[in-house]
Amino acid sequence: MAKAADEWLIIHPGVVRITHWINALAIFVMVASGWRIYNAAPIWNFLFPRELTLGGWLGGALQWHFAAMWVLALNGLFYLSYGLLSGHLLRKLLPITPAAIFRDIKEALHGKLAHEDLSVYNAAQRAAYLAIIAAIILLVFSGLAIWKPVQLQELTLLFGDYEGARIVHFVAMAVLVLIVLVHIVMVALVPRTLPTMITGRMRKPAGRMS
Amino acid sequence: MNKSDWLKRPLAETFGTATVAKVERRLFLRKSLSLGALAMLGGCDVSSDEAVEKVLWSMSRWNDDVQAKLFSGDKLAIQYPESSITNPFPFNAYYGEDEVRIVDPASYKLELGGLIRERKPWTLPELYALPQASQVTRHICVEGWSAIGKWSGTPFRAFLERVGADTTAKYVGFKCADDYFTSIDMATALHPQTLLTFRFADQILPAQYGFPMKLRVPTKLGFKNPKHIVAIDVTNTYPGGYWEDQGYNWFSGS
Repeated sequence: MAKAADEWLIIHPGVVRITHWINALAIFVMVASGWRIYNAAPIWNFLFPRELTLGGWLGGALQWHFAAMWVLALNGLFYLSYGLLSGHLLRKLLPITPAAIFRDIKEALHGKLAHEDLSVYNAAQRAAYLAIIAAIILLVFSGLAIWKPVQLQELTLLFGDYEGARIVHFVAMAVLVLIVLVHIVMVALVPRTLPTMITGRMRKPAGRMS
Repeated sequence: MNKSDWLKRPLAETFGTATVAKVERRLFLRKSLSLGALAMLGGCDVSSDEAVEKVLWSMSRWNDDVQAKLFSGDKLAIQYPESSITNPFPFNAYYGEDEVRIVDPASYKLELGGLIRERKPWTLPELYALPQASQVTRHICVEGWSAIGKWSGTPFRAFLERVGADTTAKYVGFKCADDYFTSIDMATALHPQTLLTFRFADQILPAQYGFPMKLRVPTKLGFKNPKHIVAIDVTNTYPGGYWEDQGYNWFSGS
């Protein structure tokens, strides 16, 4: 008879769990301070509620933003290097097809999405996590283009100009926040996914070969 | 200034006093840091506010160093055609447009100080007689907005060399008729597009854009482009600045 310990599988490696939570913190600081920076010169006809912003005044928000950007970028680089070199990213997020994404989103909306085996992401999850990675990469590059429109002007030109980079930076933020909100709702709906991102472990599903 | 502009400005920019700005900053910092503390540092008490502030300030100093390394003396800011000039060009200062300082051209003198060999003050006619250059570049405000303008004046590098400034010094500081002050690194002061300007859109600088003299630095944010300059100081002692002392990043390079 197997020991109790054998009933558990490690599904999220330590690197993934640590970088996930550092990233969550960095994104929180970047978004909340970014909203305060946006409020100093809104692009569109609305402001973010002051209570949801970080930094208090523009100077404070800029200090948070330009400190947390290092955490976001270095943590992201570490995660992507690990993910690519270890094969973790390829294994967990691919393959993915549009048909599978639509099927899984439809199932999710009907409340039937399979979450039996937490070690395998369904297509909707794969799409969401890939989109988060893409949005953050776009945020970093459009952010660099806004920060250094002279020294990195070749990069800024890719977004049209300084004003174009600002719009891309905002839209990428909006997409990221939207996916993160859905992500949080999904975790709330399938709560046993939360401890696995802390301990890394999940109970071995019945009938699964180890 | 319309109402939303007024709302989005710190009290100091509206009422024009440094004290209000400092009090306001303290108040909001406390509020914001309690949010930050709640979210990030659960368990730490209010005294950690100061520790957090210290970390943020040292990150800002680190960002100064990174930006100085990123800065290239021959990377030029993009020049635009005159057709893309923003009209009307926005006014911005730490006070409202109705409080713009009026400088008397007849009694105006530019004072020079610090590590400069020839420190005799300059009158306006003497300054106007210097070799002239023009640029149409994008002014980017720390608030996020940008506007394209045309400035004309004399290359700052040539002026510094002419008065025998020690160009190996670290900083150039500026004092202004409206009690504003700021400072830039020597590498930026020597950049070919850094101009001591006397004209905006081919007209003598209007009061709201800095009569009689504004330093145009297209490689830095707008608040590093002082207006109404009355004194220039070359020094190795960090001079800080009006906004920099309150928390805006000192280098603030574009």
